[in-house]
Amino acid sequence: MGLAARVEVDRGELRLQVDLEVGAGEVVALLGPNGAGKSTLLDVLAGLLPPDAGRIALDGTVLDDVAHGRRTAARHRGVGLVAQDYLLFPGLTVLENVAFGLRARGETRRCAREHARQWLHRMDLGEHERRRPGELSGGQAQRVALARALIVEPRLLLLDEPLAALDAGTRPIVRAQLRRHLAGYEGCTVIVTHDPLEAMVLGERIVVVERGQVVQQGAPDEVARRPRTDYVARLVGLNLLRGTARGRVAEVGDRAEVTLAHDAHGPVHIAFPPVAVVLSPERPQGSARNAWPVTVRDLEAHGDLVRVTADGPVPVLADVTPLAVADLGLAPGVRAWASVKAGEISAYPA
Amino acid sequence: MTGHRRRTDGRVPVALLVPSVLGVAVLVLPMVGLLLRAPWRRLPDILSSDAVLTALRLSLTTATAATALSLVCGVPVAWLLARTRMPGRSLLRGVVTVPLVLPPVIGGIALLMVFGRRGVLGGWLDEALGVSLPFTTAGVVLAQAFVAMPFLIVSVEGALRTTDRRYDDVAATLGASAWTTFRRVTLPSVAPGVLAGAVLCWARALGEFGATVTFAGSFPGTTRTLPLQAYVAIGSGDTDTAIVLSLLMIAVSVAVLVAMRRRWVGA
Repeated sequence: MGLAARVEVDRGELRLQVDLEVGAGEVVALLGPNGAGKSTLLDVLAGLLPPDAGRIALDGTVLDDVAHGRRTAARHRGVGLVAQDYLLFPGLTVLENVAFGLRARGETRRCAREHARQWLHRMDLGEHERRRPGELSGGQAQRVALARALIVEPRLLLLDEPLAALDAGTRPIVRAQLRRHLAGYEGCTVIVTHDPLEAMVLGERIVVVERGQVVQQGAPDEVARRPRTDYVARLVGLNLLRGTARGRVAEVGDRAEVTLAHDAHGPVHIAFPPVAVVLSPERPQGSARNAWPVTVRDLEAHGDLVRVTADGPVPVLADVTPLAVADLGLAPGVRAWASVKAGEISAYPA
Repeated sequence: MTGHRRRTDGRVPVALLVPSVLGVAVLVLPMVGLLLRAPWRRLPDILSSDAVLTALRLSLTTATAATALSLVCGVPVAWLLARTRMPGRSLLRGVVTVPLVLPPVIGGIALLMVFGRRGVLGGWLDEALGVSLPFTTAGVVLAQAFVAMPFLIVSVEGALRTTDRRYDDVAATLGASAWTTFRRVTLPSVAPGVLAGAVLCWARALGEFGATVTFAGSFPGTTRTLPLQAYVAIGSGDTDTAIVLSLLMIAVSVAVLVAMRRRWVGA
């Protein structure tokens, strides 16, 4: 049960090749940078774009199977779509928008409207039924779009950047509402986003897509703790190194060594937070410390700390206090030592 | 006033001023002339004369019918041009907009060649169905539609091009057929464009002369519309009637412009 999709799309500049499984009732967040192919994948799942190869099955029904020439049109798939800017039909009232899917399926106007009214009440939009979409706030428009999609009981719900159209102030509230509404939905949900917070809060599982490929997937805490690509590491705010471990020591980068807290063997990812990095003018003393000479490349305000980007045999991000910046005279081109305690470092198989 | 030198100091070069005054004169003087020569005292009588009322009634009916015909056929053409990727689309766009630049008389001759008694379709229509279009009120409607429909098509196609096609995608995911989507989503969203096109189309049909007189002739009550009536009046020396009819049509044109002003002039 649920969604089982293997999708290939070749668009010249983008080669999308993704396997995606979503269980019934599960919410999967597709996380990736712009241009990674997330929206293309969404279009394919919705039946708006034919895949070049692959097979898509939903609750045991084969929707598309390129090898067997099988293809189901968007209107017969039972896949709901909430678009990035919601795309409420501007010529229809809020109530008519929500009732649209039932009307299209041949229900009587009265019946469809009655049902739509119930949905609007569920979404706390009861008093807005006569309004035009242009008169709604972003959060209200999103709930109308969600009600419009869910009223026809799709087996798969697709949300494309559901919070991107909102201003930063309303985003947390709408995110919480969305999370609550999705919890009550029994079908599969796929949310496309490039915002890690959105993916962490809304997704029960995160699938990271880069350049048309799935590069990592797992529970949010797993992805946040153990990033596997530079993109994910940057999103979750960790330094990520790749190396080869032999017991307590791993060789990384340009002949540098990292001391680990635990034994490991073979190719490993090594992650540590920027706040764990200490910058000092001299090589620090102490056995459990990893230390590398670095050259400061860039300084940037980061909350009430300063994020230092430094190059060297091991390139690192370090979060230091403004006081430390002043004491050490940190500026682009300044040389320093970066050190990290072994206990702050997490190493996991690559 | 500050000490900054302005790019233009308010003076207009004579080489631009003189021609522009002439140009405005060419456009405005004729209408001023009409107003100056208008027989204001006889105006109510002329307006309520049988000939004028008949022509007015005929003009209103035929222009409205031509607009209806243009809506029924022109909106789908606009949709085809804006939304499909069929081959030969740009050729089709050229063909349907030719009447915009074609002298209407030529249109009338062309219509005769097709629907005339010995025309390509006319003979067959006459024999098989007993329908003859030339020199009938239906012929007037056809001639007006020929000249006016392109205005509607161009306007509606423009409106369709600016709407987001993702609306169609969303409608499809909600189970709507292409026809339902067109009817309930696309059409309402281009309604202002359709309305503007229809008003333009109606105004153009109301003023149609060349194609009508060539294809439908000038028979009182059946094909003699307002412009034809004005032409007949001036030809027979009844200048007053010609002036009154002209003022009537100018009033309609101004009303159309005022109605459309918010759409084209200031936003």
